[in-house]
Amino acid sequence: MAKAKMVKTKHDDIAVLEKCPTGIKGLDEITRGGLPRGRPTLICGSAGSGKTLFAMEFLMRGAIDYGDPGVFMSFEETPEDLAKNFISLGFDLHSMMSRGLIATDHVYIDRSEVEETGEYDLEGLFIRLGSAIDSIGAKRVVLDTIETLFSGLSNTKILRAELRRLFSWLKDRGVTAIVTGERGDKLLTRHGLEEYVADCVILLDFRTQEQIATRRLRVVKYRGSSHGSDEYPFLIDESGLSILPITSLGLDYPVYNERIPTGVPKLDGMLEGKGFYRGSTILVSGTAGTGKTSLAATFAVAACRRGEHCLYFAFEESPSQVIRNMGSIGLDLARWVKEGLLTFHSARPSLYGLEMHLLTFHKMINEFNPQVFIVDPISNLSAAGTVAEVKSILTRLIDYLKMKNITTFLTDLTHFIGNLEHTSEEISSLIDTWLLLRDIELNGERNRGLYILKSRGMAHSNQIQEFLLTNQGIGLIDIYTGSGNVLTGSARATQEAGEKASEQVRRREADRRLREQERKRNALETKIAALRAEFEVETQEVHLMAEEEQKRQAVQEEDRLDMAQLRKGNPSAPQAKSSKKKRERGVG
Amino acid sequence: MQLNRGITSTEEFEKAVALRDRATYVFRLYVTGMTPKSTLAIANVRKLCEKHLADRYELKVIDIYQQPELARAEQVIATPTLIRKQPLPLRRLIGDMSDEARFLVGIDLKPRNS
Repeated sequence: MAKAKMVKTKHDDIAVLEKCPTGIKGLDEITRGGLPRGRPTLICGSAGSGKTLFAMEFLMRGAIDYGDPGVFMSFEETPEDLAKNFISLGFDLHSMMSRGLIATDHVYIDRSEVEETGEYDLEGLFIRLGSAIDSIGAKRVVLDTIETLFSGLSNTKILRAELRRLFSWLKDRGVTAIVTGERGDKLLTRHGLEEYVADCVILLDFRTQEQIATRRLRVVKYRGSSHGSDEYPFLIDESGLSILPITSLGLDYPVYNERIPTGVPKLDGMLEGKGFYRGSTILVSGTAGTGKTSLAATFAVAACRRGEHCLYFAFEESPSQVIRNMGSIGLDLARWVKEGLLTFHSARPSLYGLEMHLLTFHKMINEFNPQVFIVDPISNLSAAGTVAEVKSILTRLIDYLKMKNITTFLTDLTHFIGNLEHTSEEISSLIDTWLLLRDIELNGERNRGLYILKSRGMAHSNQIQEFLLTNQGIGLIDIYTGSGNVLTGSARATQEAGEKASEQVRRREADRRLREQERKRNALETKIAALRAEFEVETQEVHLMAEEEQKRQAVQEEDRLDMAQLRKGNPSAPQAKSSKKKRERGVG
Repeated sequence: MQLNRGITSTEEFEKAVALRDRATYVFRLYVTGMTPKSTLAIANVRKLCEKHLADRYELKVIDIYQQPELARAEQVIATPTLIRKQPLPLRRLIGDMSDEARFLVGIDLKPRNS
């Protein structure tokens, strides 16, 4: 990439190598765009490594997706066999041929039938290929497997010269060609075809390791272009090849603040009342029978209720068994399966290699596009590989899921030996939210406890909760932690019942005191009322006396005035009256 | 009866062998235009046929530049290719036919390991 960019920026007039997309899932990413356009590419590999299928898919995808007609020149298989092979990939060769998108030619050569009597060339092959290309205006050509010529013709000197000529002829015709070749002992191909095809060489490998076979692909060489140089696992199934590019993953995925409920309200409460972050990775680990699958299924149902798609990988149980068992805790998974929101995929981990598992994950994820992805349990994957391999696979899986903003829910079976806060796959650093389910053995009982070991980016609860599986689903109860004891199960229930009883006694006592006080208050108030009444009466009497006294005084005054009038000797009052009268007269 | 049949089969076999020796050889020679190899091959085949199969051969020269579909139908890969159509089985010879011994082996006029 860097090289190509440099060329582009420094010399804009020099065309950067043009690429021809293959349409094969993942390959175009590895090769940064496809195979070199207008040039031959060598695909080599041992028998059964998928060379022919690779070539076929290149041709078919070209014809269907990119409108490039293609020629398939087969040196090994008859047209009938070829058509059958195409059908197995879901392509109808005959209809493609009648539509003028594909032309085939079967080249047959049998050494026992042929006598070489002097100099010759392979012009016949060129003419046949040329006429096939011209008949449909082909842009893509497949030669499968051209090395068969070496077993049909004995003069390798001529053959090599002619092959060299063939490859340069293909370049001149401007067709993007795939040439397949059988893997040799020391060389990439048995007859050193890589010597002629200098532009792009892809190696397919089919290896068995610990009885598990994995297909791998490697771009050995790509002239004028950077490319992923790792070995990439690939998968062949009814929809063709899929290759998994590993290098395209990184730590630059987007993050979201959206929260999604866990399906257990109390657990949401432990996670700030909001649940998990969308797109985060959740791990539930615990020993056998602690309720990991139940928690996973509850989360799945919660997702389906929100109308989201959920993909459930069950590595231990068949889908119908999971559905039946979860029915016992009141989860109706079958309904969501029927509605198409929940998809199960069940497989034994030992069915195929880890790379294949990863590919299956990718394929299923791309197919169903889920918002929630559940693997139950991941610990079983270690049956298919070493710890380091499992870790690498899970890292890649989690990175991929994060890129797609899919919330991942993994369960992990831990064993009694060793530390519980430890995953056998050593993936704890990849996990955002880690719930631990554990057994609490006390007083001859085994109860389940749940706590949050970690939860990145939120203030989570540090409480251990008792985890109950009821026919109504999952329940979480605060563990009894009073009186310096931690109690669960029936011990908690007994303790709680005892506490309830003494609580009632205390409450009754308090009530009684309250009533007593009330009664006292009432008595006091009555007393106050009586005193007040007495006081009122006294006050009234005082008022009455005062009034009478006033009346008496008024009467006395009147009497005195009367007396004075009678005596006419009251000096004060009449005097004042006469002087006033005099003054009035003087003025007037 | 048994004896009779024995005589009859032997007779038939000898007849067939005699017929085969006198049979007409039908050849198709596929060439590519007038390249030196093509012209050399045509000349060589004519010469060898005249020498070994005078009057009992039939040769047709086909230019696959002109008829590419025949190259496909006859499975011609190398050129020049000489195909012996008759007598059966089909025989294929490739090259410019400059090796007379191999030519004769190729068309079954000489045993292979001589």
